[in-house]
Amino acid sequence: MSTVPADLKYTKSHEWVRTRADGTVEVGITDHAQNALGDLVFVEVPQAGRVVKAGEPCAVVESVKAASDVYAPFAGEVTAGNPRLSDEPETLNTDPYGEGWLMRLRPAPGALAAAALLSAADYQKVLEAQGG
Amino acid sequence: MGRQTPLFKLHQELGARIVDFGGWDMPVQYSSQIGEHHAVRRAAGVFDVSHMCVVDLHGARVRALLQQLLANDVAKLRTPGKALYSCMLNERGGVIDDTIVYYLSDSWFRAVVNAGTRDKDLGWIRRHAQGSGVEVTERTDLAMLAIQGPEGRAKAAQLLRAADAGAALALHTFVGREVGGWFVARTGYTGEDGFEIMMPAADAVSAWRKLNSLGVASCGLGARDTLRLEAGMNLYGNDMDESTQPFESGLGWTVAMESRERAFIGREALAAIARGGSPRKLVGLLLEDRGVLRGHQRVVIPGGGEGEITSGTFSPTLERSIAFARVPAGSGDAVQVDIRGKLLNARVVKPPFVRFGKSLVS
Repeated sequence: MSTVPADLKYTKSHEWVRTRADGTVEVGITDHAQNALGDLVFVEVPQAGRVVKAGEPCAVVESVKAASDVYAPFAGEVTAGNPRLSDEPETLNTDPYGEGWLMRLRPAPGALAAAALLSAADYQKVLEAQGG
Repeated sequence: MGRQTPLFKLHQELGARIVDFGGWDMPVQYSSQIGEHHAVRRAAGVFDVSHMCVVDLHGARVRALLQQLLANDVAKLRTPGKALYSCMLNERGGVIDDTIVYYLSDSWFRAVVNAGTRDKDLGWIRRHAQGSGVEVTERTDLAMLAIQGPEGRAKAAQLLRAADAGAALALHTFVGREVGGWFVARTGYTGEDGFEIMMPAADAVSAWRKLNSLGVASCGLGARDTLRLEAGMNLYGNDMDESTQPFESGLGWTVAMESRERAFIGREALAAIARGGSPRKLVGLLLEDRGVLRGHQRVVIPGGGEGEITSGTFSPTLERSIAFARVPAGSGDAVQVDIRGKLLNARVVKPPFVRFGKSLVS
């Protein structure tokens, strides 16, 4: 059974979103996603300064089995990619909601509201509908 | 829903993630694919390979039939139980399948072929067996367990009675024999020592549970794939198929051209290729930059020419990415691989990458 912290927002494509005190927003992949991918061995995060559109592939997570894109949940500018993941990609498996964050974005004006993010309860329903 | 082996319910009970593999519902991993990989390199693991197709060939002319059907020469098999790895080719020299064939007696050979090519292989073998008096029997009554790793044979021997255990442990590499009602062979697909055991389907679940209780890890097809690639072993359908011939698939060593009178299927096509030299070759690649090599990625040869990755993965033992790639015959030691539009540096190395737990590349 996957963990779905109540204080985060989610996307149907299994990203999570956390608004930080400085107004930037941290993005990662959910416990369900890391579990489905299996042992992660390579992570490519975006460079600070990159401007992304909502739904744009902006990170790649690779397990032993396969490579998967991670999509920007909303439009904005990347303020940081998690530098730790290049040497320790397994952090995504062990702490997907904490040290395994992928990137931080400064949302474009109105972009966060336009993103139609899911509550934890709604994301839980998405997982249940998928049999997970 | 696909076909299931006698161990399917046990895999589910053990929490395996099940995937389709060649029409079979098979365990890809139980807990961690990398953990299962290391268990085999460092201690012992057990794989369900019951989906593979065991074919018994009985008849006075069985050796002659196999000398026609296989590119390697079963005349090399002189001692009962000895096994031979070979390709089965079509007339154009394309690889129909690869197989391990055991010489059991002058009128009985046993071939193990791939699950995904079962119907095609059986059809091909039966067609050529017509009129030879050789009877072709698929042994659907058998399950097959591969117990692999430095501790694999000692653990597996504990499944047997003491007298039988001694006989099993005395087997030389690439030899199998009937032991206590099972067929035990010192073969595998991991680059480690171990056994592959064919047993009546009804014995499989209790054997697996006993192995688990002895500390042998349940291992899925995911770990099997990373282990075989590290060990430099081809996978049918990835590294060779009917559109490729053995010389461009790293399998020239399995083609026996010595005996001039032996007219195996595909020989003429291969002889023509050998005269001109194969235009392509299969090489091992070690990624020098960060990333993961995957099948079908484009390989760029400095100075011109292109190739393609046939199998690629992250190597848990080397902690970097490795692959097989089919490249032009004249390619040198440094190539680049196109990963999502970026050209990353890779070095050509001679497989195997890992053997008996040790890295063979630097």
